[in-house]
Amino acid sequence: MSEIPVAEQPAAREGAALLSVDDVSIQFGGLKALDHVSFDVREGEILGLIGPNGAGKTTCFNVMTGVYQPTSGEVRFAGSPLGRRKRFAITRLGIARTFQNIRLFGNMTALENVLVGADAHHRTNVIDALIRSPRHRREEREGEETAREVMKFLGLERRADELARNLSYGEQRRLEIARAMATKPRLLCLDEPAAGFNPAEKAQLMDLIRRIRDRGLTVLLIEHDMGLVMGVSDRVAVLEFGRKIAEGVPADVRNDPAVIAAYLGTEVDDLDDEEANL
Amino acid sequence: MTQGKASPDTESAVARTTPKSPRLGWDRGALSRRVTNLPKPAKWTLIGVLVVLLYLLPLLEIPILSTPDTDFGAVLFTVASYVLVALGLNVVLGYAGLLDLGYVGFYAVGAYTVAVLGSLQAQLSWWLLIPLAVVITTISGVLLGAPTLRVRGDYLAIVTLGFGEIIRLTALNTEWLGAAKGITGVPRPPSVELFELPHLQWEGATAVIDLDDKTKFLVFGVADQAPYYWLALTVIFIVLGADRMLRLSRVGRAWEATREDEDAAELMGVPTFKFKLLAFASGAFIGGLSGALFASRQGFINPESFQLLLSILFVAAVVVGGAGNRWGVIMGAIVVAYLPERFRGFEEWRLLVFGMALLILANFRPQGLIPPRRTRRAQAVDEQLDALEEGTDRVRDPRG
Repeated sequence: MSEIPVAEQPAAREGAALLSVDDVSIQFGGLKALDHVSFDVREGEILGLIGPNGAGKTTCFNVMTGVYQPTSGEVRFAGSPLGRRKRFAITRLGIARTFQNIRLFGNMTALENVLVGADAHHRTNVIDALIRSPRHRREEREGEETAREVMKFLGLERRADELARNLSYGEQRRLEIARAMATKPRLLCLDEPAAGFNPAEKAQLMDLIRRIRDRGLTVLLIEHDMGLVMGVSDRVAVLEFGRKIAEGVPADVRNDPAVIAAYLGTEVDDLDDEEANL
Repeated sequence: MTQGKASPDTESAVARTTPKSPRLGWDRGALSRRVTNLPKPAKWTLIGVLVVLLYLLPLLEIPILSTPDTDFGAVLFTVASYVLVALGLNVVLGYAGLLDLGYVGFYAVGAYTVAVLGSLQAQLSWWLLIPLAVVITTISGVLLGAPTLRVRGDYLAIVTLGFGEIIRLTALNTEWLGAAKGITGVPRPPSVELFELPHLQWEGATAVIDLDDKTKFLVFGVADQAPYYWLALTVIFIVLGADRMLRLSRVGRAWEATREDEDAAELMGVPTFKFKLLAFASGAFIGGLSGALFASRQGFINPESFQLLLSILFVAAVVVGGAGNRWGVIMGAIVVAYLPERFRGFEEWRLLVFGMALLILANFRPQGLIPPRRTRRAQAVDEQLDALEEGTDRVRDPRG
């Protein structure tokens, strides 16, 4: 884990809470996947969400993006509760995500994948499309501008007309980020973006995540790779068995006895599982 | 995997591609590429000639194409109405990926609207009946879709299968809808007699203009069916244009995204339910239109005309042709509708031969006759990757 140079750690960014997870519990039958979890994602920061396998990280993402409804507690985004909003409505509100297992639209081109993201805010309907109305033309133009710009930012501009499924693994991971960014989110949630990456690719990814933050986006990062999380996050929250056991700047979290206890002894299992995932 | 730094990525991509069974594939792209690369005027001339040829088809009576046992104009109309249905089903099945096994239901609703309101219960004008049929069918599509599109895959297939049967059984058991004896006197399209067009007559390889065999333009009668074919062909061209417009827009992208991964689409801001319903309604629109044309050509309909088998044939047309490609499904519809008519002379053998033809196609062209451009290109890359993988496997053998 120490191969990756730990970047200089900026002091925790002070900002208003963009997303608040407030006392959220979620229960699947007898299993408490999340148990009274609370944390804030502050505007403009990179928050790392870590924890051993099965700690509830992805469940947490799913609650934030409307896939699951919390059993109790609520999630607020920019001050207003998500409530029972549909998933696409939450995306329009400004939360976008990537997936742990890549879920691109494989038989569409890379550009079309990103255009679907850009379409999140478009209103073109059947009539507009049939008569090629001004709205259709304006939105197509804007959508393509957005998509190409985002793809350029992620270094995918030369792969635009390639089918998504034909891109290399690393490109597919970046395309997922591009697609999510095209929805013009305020909060970008990355679910294990470094899975299957080698150290060089991880270093590039860290740089990319910082550049995304520098564009004004807030980033929430789920990651197994401690070196990456500690290196890039402004703050870190740690989950274990559905409960938050620590939160703070990386240096503090790293030395937190509860965190060390959570990771020691599970590390070997963790590595096995990670290998199985690859 | 062509150039540039490719080391880690190439390997992982190769390793991640699931092995595919070897497929027969030949490059069908060559012809279409050559056509697309033509200069614009040449391309438009080519398209124009093709369109004129299509319209002249019933007059040319080309010996190999013509059906010796049935009126060629009637066969052409049947083929055209299948093409129309296939285009409609392609929106539902090919673009949005919703398996609809009750598509004949929409066809029936369109036909029955024209028959019931044009003959049995009211005598509305044909010009009013067609839009009415289309509107009612579209509404029926929304009514069917709203509760059922929440289920996916096989379950949707079962529900739609039921819908097709319900429509037929309702018609069969309702006096108001003509019950088992059906409805006669369905209004035909209004005729305007403008001029007469002679047919060709072939003797061997030479053709002479046959002045005794003429088609009146534009009289929708009983004997000469060519005008119905012209009407259906015109409708097909309009539907093709609309299809293209939708496909190249936010709507088409949303359909495709929904087909590829519904949950991911929803999380990328696509209101998938709304777009699935829209696909269903568009499909119903086109199916109803085709049914309405069918009824006004036939002059008589009964529930027997809307058997379950027809739904299966419609799906076969789309799948055989290549779901998701409009030219593919047109080819599929032609195969499904034309071949049985062409070989009607073989009587009881013809269904057997037809079934075998479908089996052979399913075996050797699983992607359809003309698969979507993307699938075809993806397939080529898959083959490259397979080849690569074989190579790397040998290298990796010691590791297992």
